[in-house]
Amino acid sequence: MYVAVKGGEAAIANAHRLLAARRRGDANVPGLTLEQIAGQLSLAVDRVMGEGSLYDPELAALAIKQARGDLIEAVFLLRAYRTTLPRFGHSEPMDTGRMVVERRISAIYKDLPGGQLLGPTFDYTHRLLDPELAGDAPVDAPETGEDANERVVRVSDILGDEGLIEDDPLADASRPVADITRTPTEYPMDRDARLQTLARGDEGFLLALAYSTQRGYARSHPFVGEIRIGEVDVEVMIPELGFTVAIGRVKLTECQMVNQFQGSAKAPPQFTRGYGLVFGHAERKAMAMSLCDRALRASELGEDIVAPAQDEEFVLSHCDNVQATGFVEHLKLPHYVDFQAELDLVRRMRAEHFEAATKAADETAATDDTMEAAE
Amino acid sequence: MSLVDNRQEEGAAGRQRLLSVLAKASAGELLACWKRTALDPSVELLRGPESGLVALQGRAGGTGQPFHVGEVSATRVTVRIGSGHVGHAMISGRDSRKAQLVAVIDALAQDPAQAGLIEREIVAPLERLASEADAKLREETAATRVNFFTMVRGED
Repeated sequence: MYVAVKGGEAAIANAHRLLAARRRGDANVPGLTLEQIAGQLSLAVDRVMGEGSLYDPELAALAIKQARGDLIEAVFLLRAYRTTLPRFGHSEPMDTGRMVVERRISAIYKDLPGGQLLGPTFDYTHRLLDPELAGDAPVDAPETGEDANERVVRVSDILGDEGLIEDDPLADASRPVADITRTPTEYPMDRDARLQTLARGDEGFLLALAYSTQRGYARSHPFVGEIRIGEVDVEVMIPELGFTVAIGRVKLTECQMVNQFQGSAKAPPQFTRGYGLVFGHAERKAMAMSLCDRALRASELGEDIVAPAQDEEFVLSHCDNVQATGFVEHLKLPHYVDFQAELDLVRRMRAEHFEAATKAADETAATDDTMEAAE
Repeated sequence: MSLVDNRQEEGAAGRQRLLSVLAKASAGELLACWKRTALDPSVELLRGPESGLVALQGRAGGTGQPFHVGEVSATRVTVRIGSGHVGHAMISGRDSRKAQLVAVIDALAQDPAQAGLIEREIVAPLERLASEADAKLREETAATRVNFFTMVRGED
């Protein structure tokens, strides 16, 4: 039990003032602008938007600056901010099929409509530190090529046409879309609530679980059917007008994982799927999400639940880094009263322990005396 | 469908396009186009500008069950201009000045006397800028299109 404490106001105020100075660092060095953070540390901004569950690059950049680059702290700031705002409504489901693609790859088809588009990727770099970047040397403008003007067809549609892969089941359209920010969590969760939880889940936690499935803890034989990154229109119904309007665009990363086929007496063998959809350019997270989504479909697909990644309550109740950090970090707050009670208890138990030990020793000695006397 | 319905339908499609183009435009480009029109109507705020959130939905597997991916910040405003026309705007982000400008332009476009100017000086140029930016991105992406060759494994 936690009992509140009072006092320490001056020390706390001074600590926060010290924090502000340390955050700023050397005053002779120019301060970072939000444009610099959003423009040059954009993948950190994307991660904070995704796990903070709020798409706003400027606010995410501000959160990163305020948190001194501590991304979980920045996520916390963004989550706290979103609770202060009213919700106008929801978008129409975004159509990733109409994405303005800046990267699109498939690991299962070499040649496919729309092509393999590497885009701005770390893949195939040598991971050697570049001393040039210590300065601010000018960068070559990107090379351009001729846009083939092909439709970037979903890989799942190519497989789906032959019936080789399961369809995305459309649940009852009249059922409201789950929202874990509005409704208390209940297990088992439906897939919409699971996907929402995973989309804002901690990248490191989901990455480790995804890795565990590859190492044999709920193996699912995954292939990257497709990863696509790019911008999608956000369309919202405006009640005053009676039609939808695009209110802007958001960048998304989508991963379609294609997993080992299965069949049953009722269904012919076909590939199964895991899905990942994350704000911004967040390929690792989207891949981890799709592997975890597939693992969590174990009971739906009639698989034995044998590994942590398949345990819905374990995965979904521990993947939120704001919840996790809140509970872990609260341990450092004053627990004086709590600990005092524990101290008293341990002292009493020790006293009882030693008392019992002395009594037992006395009894043994007494027994020995009696035995000696009998002899 | 009657002629009137048809016209309303066209009006709705035009207004949808206008609001979408303006919402997606950058604040700087929008303001630059606006200044070129030299329009300066009197504006009465009917609602807002108000900042809030819009829940973003995706679909499982891309085409299946809708789910919430997260939220996006948004700003909405409703205005009435001197001519009596009412304009609405909802844009992503927190730029209330941009939202207000979008609503004012939406209201002006309801006025047949101004609609042509709005289309010519604001909507069409912004739409062109957007498609040029997309085309540039597509061309830069096209340069990274790769053809992988599968290597033959074995003795020969």
